[in-house]
Amino acid sequence: MEAWIWSATLRALAFGTPILLAGLGEIYAERSGVVNLGVEGMMALGALAAFAAAQLSGEPFLGVLAGTAAAAAAALVFALTSITLRANQYVAGLALTMLGIGLAGLLGKPYEGTPLANTLPESWFIVAALLLASILWFFLQHTYWGLLLRSCGENPETADAMGINVYAVRYSAVIFGGVMAGLAGAFLSLAYRPSWADGITSGLGWIAVALAIFSAWHPLKAVAAAFLFGALYHLSYRLQAYVSPEFLKAMPYLFVVVVLSLSALRRGPSGAPEALGTPYVRGERR
Amino acid sequence: MKRVGPLVFEKDLNAPSARVAAISLLALLLAFSAAALVFLAYGVNPAQAYRTIFIETMLSPSGFAEGVRRAIPLLLIGVGLVLAFRVQFWNIGAEGQLLLGAVAAAGVALFVPLGAPFKLLLMFAAGFVAGGLWAALPVLLKLLLGVNDVLTTLMLNYVAVYLVGWLIHGPWRGKSALGFAYSDKFPAAATLPLIPGTYVHWPTLLLALLAALGVWVVLARSGWGYLLRVVGDNPEAASYARLPVFATVLSVGLAAGGLAGFAGVGEVAGVHGRLLDAYQISLGYGYTAIIVAWLARGNPLLAVATALFMGLVFASGDVMKISLQMPFRVTDVFNGLILFFLISTERLLYYRVRWRPRRERD
Repeated sequence: MEAWIWSATLRALAFGTPILLAGLGEIYAERSGVVNLGVEGMMALGALAAFAAAQLSGEPFLGVLAGTAAAAAAALVFALTSITLRANQYVAGLALTMLGIGLAGLLGKPYEGTPLANTLPESWFIVAALLLASILWFFLQHTYWGLLLRSCGENPETADAMGINVYAVRYSAVIFGGVMAGLAGAFLSLAYRPSWADGITSGLGWIAVALAIFSAWHPLKAVAAAFLFGALYHLSYRLQAYVSPEFLKAMPYLFVVVVLSLSALRRGPSGAPEALGTPYVRGERR
Repeated sequence: MKRVGPLVFEKDLNAPSARVAAISLLALLLAFSAAALVFLAYGVNPAQAYRTIFIETMLSPSGFAEGVRRAIPLLLIGVGLVLAFRVQFWNIGAEGQLLLGAVAAAGVALFVPLGAPFKLLLMFAAGFVAGGLWAALPVLLKLLLGVNDVLTTLMLNYVAVYLVGWLIHGPWRGKSALGFAYSDKFPAAATLPLIPGTYVHWPTLLLALLAALGVWVVLARSGWGYLLRVVGDNPEAASYARLPVFATVLSVGLAAGGLAGFAGVGEVAGVHGRLLDAYQISLGYGYTAIIVAWLARGNPLLAVATALFMGLVFASGDVMKISLQMPFRVTDVFNGLILFFLISTERLLYYRVRWRPRRERD
């Protein structure tokens, strides 16, 4: 009995980890005022870069480094279009997802089907995700720098008037979001699977975007939400004997719809940053 | 006014169509140049790749017909998205709505005993309703609870994929499908006629063209079109003026989903003749149609041209798969790059560029 609980918790944690990692990054980006819907694409690129680097060098840590760097570069492209060129953030994010998934699928073809020689243990990522969540929570809510970040998402005009460089803050937050999505991708291809396959992210990036919303943009609540999600997912696997496999595979996506709807039922403010999704133009009135 | 060398940029918020066309072309050129770098990274000579694409897709009659075939669902969905984006309904779920249309059509084709013309008509009607209802759920959630529509429409795509999977592995699995997962072949009364020698199911093509024309007329000339523009531009003002915001957005959602449903009916009744794996019915038409709508700058008539263009891009993906052994994901790369450069160059629309070399004394 106890062994069963232990293994179930571990699987729930493992499934929740990529969502948590990428979700934390998205929380930071959105807290600075930028919605990045490209998480799925950044995660796919991160997963491929991590796998390729780890396989070629035989050193999985280099893989983690390459994965985060690749996803951060993708985030930089997104930041350029959405912050500097002020393109529609939703559409820019969709473009990033298409591009990321396409590039990863195309360039990853030679790596498909080969298992990774030196893998990383899942538990390292799980522990790292939990540690990061608490550090990021403390930074966001209890430090001066966290306050700067939040003020750019709530009221960029005022932040600017106080001498904060809104563009710099938003750029850093978006790129940090990329790093976290890359870490999530590296977890998938170096520890969870550990291999590369086209479609490895299977919508986890989108679930991470949803996580930012239903955790009310709060890093600690994100931990609870991610592992609740992981537990539900694991539970649905336990039902395998009773329900058709297609229904089980559809479950996580249905969860997202249901959970988003339920969290929208909460009374009071949703906790969304005031200036979320609106490009900041210096000297222009909103 | 900004000066870059001899060029002067002046702000001009009214973009003439020549400038729009020039900048769209610039975006496409940049996207294809960036794609050339991707080809290089993949180990394919870009010059050779583009020559293959151009000769085998654009210039060969069969390649062009394949592009037209791909353009049919893209136009139907793209026209619906033009409507949806007008009222800020971020419908990323056309993929799922298309699949639901295909499912409804297959249900009618396989299980409703009806004669020749009525069966197809009922299939289209059922496809429209199914696609519309699949879109109505996220619209209602958005209108009633403020739930993010990008996420809900997208999540429902995955659900639709698995719904199709369940049907073809389970209850609707064909008796003739030995070891394969697909439904029985549709009876003759449930298949669309093709232009001989191609996969172009012309009734759906006609329907798509009529839809584009119809939506253009409605947007430009009807009261509902006016309502749509007001609600889209300023929902707060619209509801303050007691305009029926709820009904307008919901009807747009139904129409957009229904048009995507039509596209699904056309794919199964015209091309495949049976319900089969979701990724064989649609290779991402729902996502590519976003570019069709964006490139058409919200004009349903222009969507005819942009759908054909994206259809050809799609067909070139087939060519690259066969001639250059590249995975079909290459179309996603094209899609992503085109969309990126389109929105990145959008700011240029609002500037007039003049040639004004600096005079000596200035």
